[in-house]
Amino acid sequence: MNPLNARIPEGPLADKWTNYKASCKLVNPANKRKLDIIVVGTGLAGASAAAALGEVGYNVKVFCYQDSPRRAHSIAAQGGINADKNYQNDGDSVHRLFFDTIKGGDYRAREANVHRLAEVSNNIIDQCVAQGVPFARDYGGALDNRSFGGAQVSRTFYARGQTGQQLLLGAYGALSRQVANGSVKLYNRRDMLEVVLVDGKARGIIVRNLVTGEIEKHFGHAVVLATGGYGNVYFLSTNAMGSNVTPCWRAYKKGAMFANPCFTQIHPTCIPVHGDFQSKLTLMSESLRNDGRIWVPKKVEDAERLRKKEISPNDIQEEDRDYYLERRYPAFGNLVPRDVASRAAKERCDANNGVSHSGLAVYLDFKDAIKRFGIDTIKARYGNLFQMYQKIVDEDPYQVPMMIYPAVHYTMGGTWVDYNLMTTIPGLFAIGECNFSDHGANRLGASALMQGLADGYFVLPYTLGSYLADEIHSPRMTTEEAPFKEAAGEIDAMLNKMINVKGSQSVDNLHKKLGKIMWDYCGMGRSEKSLTKGLELIKPLKDEFWNDIKVPGGLNEYNPEVEKAGRLIDFIELGELLMKDALNRKESCGGHFREEMQTEEGEAKRDDDNFRYVATWEHQNGEHILHKEELVFENVELKQRNYK
Amino acid sequence: MDFTLKIWRQLDAGSKGKFETYQVTNVSPDSSFFEMLDTLNQQIIDQGEMPVSFDHDCREGICGTCSLFVNGRPHGPDTGITTCQLHMRRFKDGETIVIEPWRAKAFPIVRDLVVDRSAFDKIIQAGGYISVNTGCSPDANAIPIPKRAADLSMDAAACIGCGACVASCKNASAMLFVGAKVAHLGLLPQGKAEASRRVQQMVAEMDSLGFGNCTNMYACEAECPKEINVSTIALMNRGFFMAKIFCEKEEL
Repeated sequence: MNPLNARIPEGPLADKWTNYKASCKLVNPANKRKLDIIVVGTGLAGASAAAALGEVGYNVKVFCYQDSPRRAHSIAAQGGINADKNYQNDGDSVHRLFFDTIKGGDYRAREANVHRLAEVSNNIIDQCVAQGVPFARDYGGALDNRSFGGAQVSRTFYARGQTGQQLLLGAYGALSRQVANGSVKLYNRRDMLEVVLVDGKARGIIVRNLVTGEIEKHFGHAVVLATGGYGNVYFLSTNAMGSNVTPCWRAYKKGAMFANPCFTQIHPTCIPVHGDFQSKLTLMSESLRNDGRIWVPKKVEDAERLRKKEISPNDIQEEDRDYYLERRYPAFGNLVPRDVASRAAKERCDANNGVSHSGLAVYLDFKDAIKRFGIDTIKARYGNLFQMYQKIVDEDPYQVPMMIYPAVHYTMGGTWVDYNLMTTIPGLFAIGECNFSDHGANRLGASALMQGLADGYFVLPYTLGSYLADEIHSPRMTTEEAPFKEAAGEIDAMLNKMINVKGSQSVDNLHKKLGKIMWDYCGMGRSEKSLTKGLELIKPLKDEFWNDIKVPGGLNEYNPEVEKAGRLIDFIELGELLMKDALNRKESCGGHFREEMQTEEGEAKRDDDNFRYVATWEHQNGEHILHKEELVFENVELKQRNYK
Repeated sequence: MDFTLKIWRQLDAGSKGKFETYQVTNVSPDSSFFEMLDTLNQQIIDQGEMPVSFDHDCREGICGTCSLFVNGRPHGPDTGITTCQLHMRRFKDGETIVIEPWRAKAFPIVRDLVVDRSAFDKIIQAGGYISVNTGCSPDANAIPIPKRAADLSMDAAACIGCGACVASCKNASAMLFVGAKVAHLGLLPQGKAEASRRVQQMVAEMDSLGFGNCTNMYACEAECPKEINVSTIALMNRGFFMAKIFCEKEEL
């Protein structure tokens, strides 16, 4: 029997969510006070969920590994947030946002989830404005919009290049208000290391206090994971240094299945890698593609001279430049979706037309935009991004074109959830980037912020209430009961084992090794050959970790090496599953490009007959078992994506 | 490039700290300050000792986690940046670099260069928000907001809560941090309803946590990685005085 039941409500697509809300079970206010909810993570999804659940009267405990909830990595999102307000009168609608998102995801997401996302998108903007998020406005005082990749309407709301920051500060404010009135209790500098199950239901978590090293046990009637993506499995990514898969991975090993791990997004506009010592990659907002034109030299000789710095990009005449996105995709031009733009950059660099000293970069040129709008307009639109670029690269992007290259950015895959955002463990929910649900095989720009806040503010408060309505008779447990003690004991044993290996490899060195294997064999292009090889290389890493890792210091103290080591072992295990999933999916779709599966023009070729499903993995005695959730499309016609 | 580093090492808030000297060699001028420290920590780990602890996360200048006092300046010898945006090309080969944590009574040391800034969270909890429940908001375009107000509000809202203002201030004052939040919300029509309550509560919380007062040196503005203007402090002071004069006590 298939263990996966998506629990999608009956009825026409546009009515499903409305009907759900009208008929779902509720918890009365007096009972809400008796129910404890644990939220792990304080990014857009976690902070908004904790705030919204606190507002309606639940007892919420919220955890983050950062020193303050305001620092979760949602803060780094630059470009914007989508909503189908149609303020620009350019023909936007719920259906169009739904359709663009499904199509952008290459038809690998659930219709019902995506439609719900499009429906609540407008409430998010209203909510954020009411909270004081200073979105960009025009002179009449109305909200401004910009366009983003994968859409032909302007539906993206933005706050300069700091939209994620402003939205997160809004949610953090709402969260702080609940902390002040006592409905939310905040636990910072805590790493969640285990989910505690009682009679098959999630009833709590085990965390490590990162300051004292103490292992703490916490009870909740339900547990919500809002822990972000797993891009750091590649070592180099645009994620924060601390972003990790540990909560989802530990839950996976307890029975919460993991879906589509191979759907990773490589973002086209990042600052290129500059050396072995590098610790992270920096994103340049996709919004730059609104005005910037992407090109490489037509002639390989020119590219070679540019790499050796014998000439400047400004020396290349117009006729010798290849604006390859405009050439290949005239309808969308520089605004094609991310996966398409990334692969096109790789294709040009593989053909030896790349620039920068490594040959792994393309130009993003604002010369024409500056000519058309004037330097002040460009400064107003992208000033902070240009400044950031200049600090890192030491070149002035107003004078010389920027150099960009794709980098690992977002992970569409994640913990499997049903329509209620509940995992395969009853009482364990997953929201935001850490679940797999809404973006299919490729996320469109400005959709991550939308999904995080949709889940937290407008979806989870209903669906979690529906679950908790049946829990009002479950009394609070003390954490001295056996399941908590056992779970804490296991974590303690694992940490002790880890710190006593006393091997020779530092955590960072082994992580870099893992990242290199992932990028070389399971990066932008994947094939049966590369993945088989990659799996062969990745398998020994687990033993290497347990036999040779070097974690200095002790457990009962502030020790970042302990944090990093615990995260690394989970990344190593996830890396193997990710490659396995990529090997299983013998089709190209979205961010997953199998080199065997492409059209004559080099575009991704889906195989809807054989792979129109969510690949969902179950952990059983160290083995990964595949289950398939078939995707049913009743409202959209599956087509080869065409941005030409 | 090669450097001599003098780094503050301290076990915890209760212990006595001291400077230790380290040599780090073969650093690329393109590496960031933290990548240089990563290199140093690898050396220290290889020698079997405890690496230097420092706070960092996004490494792209927005999360506000990083907090190093480099050669006597918060976030080091450059303006408009966080420590993670500082690159080694800013230093001379062979230079001695002194690295310290933020030093303020309200920011106790956790270990080495890591401090506890939860006092900032407490100030925000005292009123740094607009009280609106989820789902009860009017259409986003219902209230037109003049572009200038929105822009000024955004300038103040850019604060990342890193604490450089406190670290740079001889009085360890948090007034730029508080002023930025008061200005961000107070400049918008949505934020006006509870503006007087907000400013009074936030200032009271700030005072109770042990931050000092402002004596108009403007070091905070000079060192702020997001270049928040000290005029936000003036706005806060004005709001505070007006509230104290015209507000009934019960309104608090």
